[in-house]
Amino acid sequence: MPSPRYWREIPSRYRLEATRCSDCGRVSYPPRPVCPACRSVEAETIELSHEGRVVTSTIVHVPPGDFLMEAPYALAVIETPEGARMMMQVVDCDPASVEAGMAVALEFRLIRKEGTGGILCYGHKAVPAYPIGDEAEAERQAGEMEVAHA
Amino acid sequence: MREVAIVAAGMTRFGELWDASLRDLFVEAAQQALTAAGADHLDAIYTGNMSAGQFVGQEHLGPLMADHLGMAGVPSVRVESACASGGVALRTAFLEVGSGASDLVLAAGVEKMTDGADVTEVLASASDQETEVYHGATFPGLYAMIARAHMQAHGTTEEDMAWVSVKNHRHGALNEHAQFPREVTVEQVLSSALVSEPLRLLNCSPVSDGAAAVLLCPLDQATQYTDRPVVIRGAAMATDSLALAGRRDISFLDAVALAGARAYEMAGIGPEQVDVAEVHDCFSISEICCIEALGLAAPGEGRSCARTGETALGGRLPVNTSGGLKSKGHPVGATGVAQAVELFEQLSGAGGARQVPGAEFGLAQNMGGTGASSVVHILQAV
Repeated sequence: MPSPRYWREIPSRYRLEATRCSDCGRVSYPPRPVCPACRSVEAETIELSHEGRVVTSTIVHVPPGDFLMEAPYALAVIETPEGARMMMQVVDCDPASVEAGMAVALEFRLIRKEGTGGILCYGHKAVPAYPIGDEAEAERQAGEMEVAHA
Repeated sequence: MREVAIVAAGMTRFGELWDASLRDLFVEAAQQALTAAGADHLDAIYTGNMSAGQFVGQEHLGPLMADHLGMAGVPSVRVESACASGGVALRTAFLEVGSGASDLVLAAGVEKMTDGADVTEVLASASDQETEVYHGATFPGLYAMIARAHMQAHGTTEEDMAWVSVKNHRHGALNEHAQFPREVTVEQVLSSALVSEPLRLLNCSPVSDGAAAVLLCPLDQATQYTDRPVVIRGAAMATDSLALAGRRDISFLDAVALAGARAYEMAGIGPEQVDVAEVHDCFSISEICCIEALGLAAPGEGRSCARTGETALGGRLPVNTSGGLKSKGHPVGATGVAQAVELFEQLSGAGGARQVPGAEFGLAQNMGGTGASSVVHILQAV
């Protein structure tokens, strides 16, 4: 991806900026000047919650060149509480554990190294969300991961 | 609008055709159509092509194809809508003849995919670069997400999807133009390599070279070229969000349903009158979603049609008698036109071992990306 393109996408990639239509309430991510639902041009810029749920997912076994070292990886459509949907990887867990309805937190991560120059491209990835304070559940899932990777 | 007929068709074999170039493939298919019709001139050429720029570094296909067909001077343009490029080229040619602007127009499609480009990356450019490909999406990956959404909504299973591949390979085994003209078993599909879960290698259409062409003229001039014309009764297109995240329902293809509804209305028929259909089975889940969106199966019931034989040759409504994209091959820009070639043969009684007896209405559905664009044609035997 040429660097000007990457640069202008920083607000949505780094801060999860989206637009909420002032007329119909539709949330668009990344931001759009025209609402895809009602064509209104009135919208406010919002920052999405860094959490959501898996809508649908897959495990990619045959990846594009830039992701060769990562396969197999889970890729999913995530919906945030604001109703925005976005595609991202689900990491820090066994890819086979990712399923519809799973709660996730969205974390700022390195996404890819671009081209021969290896330009670092950032964005968000989803990780399993554990109920705050539920360290037992976090440990149990971490234990399952170790078994899976053993 | 004038009534428009297809009067001739041609296509290359589909496959890894290393001794044929992009232009060779186009000329072979186009020449077959022109020769069959005995036509020595054209008013216009529309060539469906997804990505010659990325596959072989060649843009500006309009004049290139006209020149190599010995038709330099004729208006000629390349039409692009990803994997629906061929179907959209056909619709564009239909509109030009129907409007009265031209009397004899060639609708062709061509793709040369095996000259060394990174096919996974080129195909992915038909999805959303900024929000999908950036995060590692591939085409099989996106359709795999549609598959899981469909499984979640309707209880569709991997075995249901495997049966689509089994059925289409049975049909393709009867097609001399098919890339993989041989049968596969459910067990082979379910044990083939994982591409993107739940899709395996034998759920996916192959990488192919090939071209197809049909010749269009007003119905009242058709007897100059053939005694078995086929009429185009409906030609409709629709679009949807390019990215899966923007869809109303990831398990349902809205653009296919909308294009289908428009085509049915234009043709004045309903899905129950369709006798034979070619639908866009780029992945086995796609055929299930497409027949549901087109009303050829009820929502949630598309999953069982291949297994029960309803959509097999001899069944209630044979789907993808050509072998479909899965067995026949999927040179992406050629596919929509190749579907019309199959229907032209079926409706003119030239279907050979794959003939659907007495077929009157045929439906061809072609789509681009993950169904963000779709075009549907309804053809009728004369």
